[in-house]
Amino acid sequence: MPQQSAEALTSQQKTTSRRPAGTLYRGREGMWSWVLHRITGVAIFFFLLVHILDTALVRVSPEAYNAVIESYKTPIMGLGEAALVAAIVFHAFNGLRIILIDFWNAKYQKVMFYVVIGLWVVTMLGFLPRHLYNVFNN
Amino acid sequence: MTSTIDTPRSPYSRSPQRRGVNWEKWGWIYMRASGVVLVVLIFGHLFVNLMVGKGVSALDFAFVAGKLANPFWQTWDLLMLWLALIHGGNGMRTLVNDYATQRLTRGILKSAILAAVVILIVLGTLVVFTFDPCPAGSPADLLPSFCSAN
Repeated sequence: MPQQSAEALTSQQKTTSRRPAGTLYRGREGMWSWVLHRITGVAIFFFLLVHILDTALVRVSPEAYNAVIESYKTPIMGLGEAALVAAIVFHAFNGLRIILIDFWNAKYQKVMFYVVIGLWVVTMLGFLPRHLYNVFNN
Repeated sequence: MTSTIDTPRSPYSRSPQRRGVNWEKWGWIYMRASGVVLVVLIFGHLFVNLMVGKGVSALDFAFVAGKLANPFWQTWDLLMLWLALIHGGNGMRTLVNDYATQRLTRGILKSAILAAVVILIVLGTLVVFTFDPCPAGSPADLLPSFCSAN
């Protein structure tokens, strides 16, 4: 095989590689952390819109605020709050991971993804029992 | 008509530097700077409102009024309001830029995001600064205990 075509083959292999140089975001941990970051971000944004509106009711009257906040204490909303906190905790820890990738070292991004999952599990173990007790026993 | 085509291996270069502020860069920096602060503010918010005492089942006007009568929590909530809404709005803008393919759709969606962010920041800021923890004529059992002290 002539030298030139062997060279062409190598460069073609480079350009069609499954993991092109310079991105963490195609496949495996890098991609899934990115997907989860977007989904949790959108969910949190829409909750934030509602949450500012319901809190603004303190300016209307104590009765109006209490009436709406009562609905946050029902079992279904209690589970929703658990899901919301789960989303926030993931988004927070993964956001810190993104900052570390950008300003510290990208080569630990996979390890840091599992650290994020671990911290998320620990935080949720601290939060969930207490929150669920408050929702179902008070 | 002739046109020049770069050699395939010529290094990547940006289009000639436009003048003025690089807003995308500052947006990128803002997401990270506000993100770090928001982790602290929101974790604190969740801890005080959902973990301390009876958590969500203890939330009512008296609880919130007690917090918002305190300049510390006023500042906390105001910072959270501004930082989180702009952080969230800018994140939603990124998603619209990524997923909305029509120019018109992008324009409509981003205008809607901007409107929501501006309206809620104004509303939330007004609430924090004009809030009265002891509104006249309200039953005392719905108000924080310090209202009946004088």
